[in-house]
Amino acid sequence: MASTILSSTQFYIISGVLVLGVLIGLILMSKPEKARFGNALSAACTLVAIAVTMYNYKILPSTIIWVSIAIGAVVSLAAAAKVKMIQMPQVVALLNGLGGLASALVAILSYFQAEDKFSLYTAEVALVIGFVTFTGSLVAAGKLHKLLPQKPVVIPGHTVIIIVLMLATLVCVVLNAPIWITAILASAFGIIFAVRVGGADMPITISLLNSLSGVAGGIAGIAVGNVLLVAIGGIVGASGLLLTRIMCKAMNRKLLSILLGSTSVKAPVSEEKEEAEEAEEAAPAQEEVKAALTPDEILKDAKKIIIIPGYGMALAQAQSKVKALADKLEEKGAEVKFAIHPVAGRMPGHMNVLLCEVDVPYDKLYEMDVINPEFAGCDAVIVVGANDVINPAANTAEGTPIYGMPVLNAADAKYVIICNFDENPGYAGVPNPLYKNSNTLMLLGDANETVQSIIDCI
Amino acid sequence: MSHIILIIIFVVSAIVGYFIINNVPTLLHTPLMSGMNALSGITVIGALAVTAAEMHKAGYSKLSIVIGAIAIILAMINVAGGFGITARMLKMFKKKGDD
Repeated sequence: MASTILSSTQFYIISGVLVLGVLIGLILMSKPEKARFGNALSAACTLVAIAVTMYNYKILPSTIIWVSIAIGAVVSLAAAAKVKMIQMPQVVALLNGLGGLASALVAILSYFQAEDKFSLYTAEVALVIGFVTFTGSLVAAGKLHKLLPQKPVVIPGHTVIIIVLMLATLVCVVLNAPIWITAILASAFGIIFAVRVGGADMPITISLLNSLSGVAGGIAGIAVGNVLLVAIGGIVGASGLLLTRIMCKAMNRKLLSILLGSTSVKAPVSEEKEEAEEAEEAAPAQEEVKAALTPDEILKDAKKIIIIPGYGMALAQAQSKVKALADKLEEKGAEVKFAIHPVAGRMPGHMNVLLCEVDVPYDKLYEMDVINPEFAGCDAVIVVGANDVINPAANTAEGTPIYGMPVLNAADAKYVIICNFDENPGYAGVPNPLYKNSNTLMLLGDANETVQSIIDCI
Repeated sequence: MSHIILIIIFVVSAIVGYFIINNVPTLLHTPLMSGMNALSGITVIGALAVTAAEMHKAGYSKLSIVIGAIAIILAMINVAGGFGITARMLKMFKKKGDD
């Protein structure tokens, strides 16, 4: 390592203060009104960390360094100001990938600068995780941006290939093979593992890749012996892992099953199909009852209304319409709340951001556990582009992929209006019995139009 | 600093981070994630350190400097872009009655 200006004690103290600043920034992130300051504090700590590092390694006069920093900052700030909220998942995935690649490049340099065996091996581990993060995130971003197919891509022997790649990478690290071989294997692993993940599993994948980028940075920090990098890498790694766990729980999926296999969700067992068919036969009788239901009638006297947005709303870009609907309902004296399922959308918290963008106040957005007891006492539920997250089969249909998954209890409401594109089962492939209920009104088609039709008749 | 201590710091900060982040409501999970993403760009200080080490070597290779510079650019995109979009998102979160 190069000589430094600060003594190691001085550097430890500065690092400690900066890590504390970042942690305080994180604590502030738990309150919406303080989160902006928290984010600014974390950003300021990062800026100071960069300045201290440049001073410490005597590179303040270096033009190359300044130019590199300027290019990165200008390019990304310009892009950050332009990006649309609907594109947030792919942007986060892309940035994540670039961070992973940066860690991998740091690992390559520190590999050649390594002075002992330990640094050599940690550099290799950082290199592997960095490249997995890089290629995995690019594939995820490609899928989210619809450049790549949304459906899981499964090649013959997929699981075997994944395991072989994993073992081969491990062997390369242990045997200290030429790093370009290790890098290629790790990159291939990232691609192969990410192509198999389907669109609706993306919240889990993004969270996991986010965690990996932190781990890559942290381990690169161990390799270069930088305590600040190690601590922040650890924090980011933990946060990604925590979100991954929350997402897995909310989707009723096991992380291992997403990494090593059954990503493509199986269709329900035959018994249920029969049940569904029976239900279809019985449907005509109900249709007459349904014909009597109109949005106007349902909403005329409704005092308490809960709106459930899903990814369909995002796809149709119907947020503003939904907001207009909520305003109209409030105008005539109804109480309107929004129920947000933890995995609605393509990344954790996606719906909240979209609704806040169209000026829905955040204190009207309710988490699943808080709002679920309220469905029983509510007059009407309006579903916009959501399916699996309101499927009551999750509580009853044993053996289906969604059995046991926590869902919003829309079925408990007096009336349910569903503005979905079609009647097909959602991502999990389980038919939604709610559609057939006599107190359900189905408005099929583009959410912009169907929501507008509700607004028009109020 | 000894390697063992670095590993311990990694684990301890992960545990502390885990408990703090556990308090963040689902409402803010997207900004949390993009903020964390920005923080993972802290690898820029690693990039600065290794590039500096190369520069101060007697007969440094140009290739190493180029790799270092690319790492700095990428990490800076991650940092600045990440904090930028997080700030933009958080600005949108308003309570009823706020402007």
